[in-house]
Amino acid sequence: MADATLFRTCPDTGLPVHLPAERLIKANAVAGVLALALGGFQGLLVALTRWPDVSLLPADWFYLILTGHGLNVLLFWIIFFEIAILYFASAILLKSRLWAPKLGWVGFGLMVVGSLMANYAVFQGDSSVMFTSYVPMQAHPLFYLGIILFAVGALAGCAVFFGTLVVAKDEKTYEGSIPLVTFGALTAAIIAVFTIASGAIILIPTLMWSLGLIGDIDPILYKVIWWAMGHSSQQINVAAHVAVWYCIAAMLLGAKPLSEKVSRMAFLLYILFLQLASAHHLLVEPGISSNWKIFNTSYALYLAVVGSMIHGLSVPGAIEAAQRRRGFTKGAFEWLRKAPWGNPAFAGMFTSLVYFGFLGGISGVVMGAEQLNLIMHNTIYVPGHFHATVVAGTTLAFMAITYLVVPLIWRREIMFPGLARWQPYVFGLGAAGISVFMMGAGTLGVSRRHWDINFTDAALSFSYPDTAFLMMALNGLSAVLAAIGGVMFIVIVVSSILFGKKRGADAAQTNPIIGVGGGEAVASYGSEGTLKLPGTMILVGIFFIAFFLYYWVNWKYLSEVWPLS
Amino acid sequence: MAIFPPEQRIWWKEPLHGFELVWIGVCLVWAIVMFGTMIVWHVIGEQNLSNRAYRIDPDVFAERTEAMVTDYTVREEGDTGIPVVHPPAGSDIYLQASLWQWYPILELEKDKEYHLHLSSIDWQHGFSLQPTNINVQVHPGYELVMTLKPNRAGEFGVVCNEFCGIGHHNMLGRIYVVE
Repeated sequence: MADATLFRTCPDTGLPVHLPAERLIKANAVAGVLALALGGFQGLLVALTRWPDVSLLPADWFYLILTGHGLNVLLFWIIFFEIAILYFASAILLKSRLWAPKLGWVGFGLMVVGSLMANYAVFQGDSSVMFTSYVPMQAHPLFYLGIILFAVGALAGCAVFFGTLVVAKDEKTYEGSIPLVTFGALTAAIIAVFTIASGAIILIPTLMWSLGLIGDIDPILYKVIWWAMGHSSQQINVAAHVAVWYCIAAMLLGAKPLSEKVSRMAFLLYILFLQLASAHHLLVEPGISSNWKIFNTSYALYLAVVGSMIHGLSVPGAIEAAQRRRGFTKGAFEWLRKAPWGNPAFAGMFTSLVYFGFLGGISGVVMGAEQLNLIMHNTIYVPGHFHATVVAGTTLAFMAITYLVVPLIWRREIMFPGLARWQPYVFGLGAAGISVFMMGAGTLGVSRRHWDINFTDAALSFSYPDTAFLMMALNGLSAVLAAIGGVMFIVIVVSSILFGKKRGADAAQTNPIIGVGGGEAVASYGSEGTLKLPGTMILVGIFFIAFFLYYWVNWKYLSEVWPLS
Repeated sequence: MAIFPPEQRIWWKEPLHGFELVWIGVCLVWAIVMFGTMIVWHVIGEQNLSNRAYRIDPDVFAERTEAMVTDYTVREEGDTGIPVVHPPAGSDIYLQASLWQWYPILELEKDKEYHLHLSSIDWQHGFSLQPTNINVQVHPGYELVMTLKPNRAGEFGVVCNEFCGIGHHNMLGRIYVVE
């Protein structure tokens, strides 16, 4: 049974907080933010190099830094933070003790060692193989070993999460079903296990190959399995940040899912179908049939996309419902106008939702259509898409919840509240700019992972359209804006943790975190069936029209290129 | 609230919000439309990537490329020494990717069909034909055969868009399309 001395009661939420869980949450969140700081800085260097008039780094450094950027933000930042979310969504939300905290620390240690090792291999200069490390290009063995150790550590974190679910059920710390946020975290953890297993299946042989123990690795086989890790790891993000959206909406506004059934079903669709997206990276490969491509790239009839579109309605719908209950009923959008836009947690959450849906979601589906991929594969459109999902979507959502984690878990007040107010907008606008301008340049054919689109030293010559150069410059400017937003975030969070005013027991009244009416006013309603949600209807209507038009425009573009069969 | 267990223990029997039901219906229909579009495009569309692919030894591919170059070279490109090859319309043509060159330069005729064989003799590369914007992955050990029909005359760049080491950004080829 749980030892009561290992708990404190949160003055803000009344939840019992397991101290070993809290320490692990802090450690993982800090490691994540450090990876974000390093990886984000590397991202700025990359964008400034790709700005043709600036062209900051020499070629070898560019490819080195780009490799490190991918690892640090796409893998290390995101997964460290996700492990923190898993512990929060299990131990804290279920009012339980964390299962096997020691295993949690072993996992954390492996992740730290692994991430340092991979960074060391990259900075040594002989592992500039990009995040994807496609064979037969070879990195130093420590590069692969570092990622493997990191993955094993993350797997231990997932095990602690699953164990905690069992403990909580066993010790009856909650009644009925687990909360929706925990359900979302469970979705993320299940996908994580699949992801890490795929990573092990391909990276362990690749490590052996780099040590000379295996002759060679088939490049197409490598890609199929590598992307079962590479893409699925981004699906962990989706599940996790959707859970974060629900979580922030619940904590600040008392928002309750319109229907538990629908929201959980949408998460279930993720578990069943998201992993097929490995195919997104194989649409223009030789030796893979169109049948395979069509089935897998569409997640079997786009069922995972349907899942996301459902969340796209039910998250704003839950917010609208909660706001209307609190009296913001005028017109279609009073609930949205009077939302707490000055609270960085809400601002970050809602802008993340909009950017993820409109920019990341739509572009992802378009790019993932078998034939449309012909006009986008490996162009800078691809990073444009995933900066919308992972930066403007996941990272912004994780930043948003950090504004709740610092006061609730660290018990410190947020410093520089004026700066914090603006941070999500600055970072979000920068990230959205990066996405839009890279997608624009990609539509004009500009290659990703390319040091010199002027081809100055090439034997032949070729010029991309002038607009493409403009897009790359605007991308650089957006990256500067995002970097400013990133620095604001790091400064606010680090100084709050180190020097912030201690959050006293009475702060729950004087400076509440959990939204007023968050508990009481909405705790009693049952089905939302009677409620009209005109604002959300208009929002999803606009979304659908944008999706519809953009989808067909790209088929028009495709129809103009050279016929091929 | 989403951070607490569902208020109704039997949450799966709660009635659905009507609007949610409509939206799910719209999403499912749209999903089927998008799925069907890919299939329909195989029938009515003119841009579909070929499913013809073979395993091939890199040396064999290099030999076949060289044979085409020997037979159909019409000139050299400026002072670069790269052969410009004008193969007959309708024939099998070869484009070989290597560190860091597309070989040779092809000269094609507008509105004529060619069977383009693409492969790499070392690492992975990316065939990115610009400005028409066709992007295909090129693997060592695999040969993709696709039928191309240039629909516009001019000078086209073949950019490598798969990172292939330090000379990647200098890997630039060319295809001429003549009337």
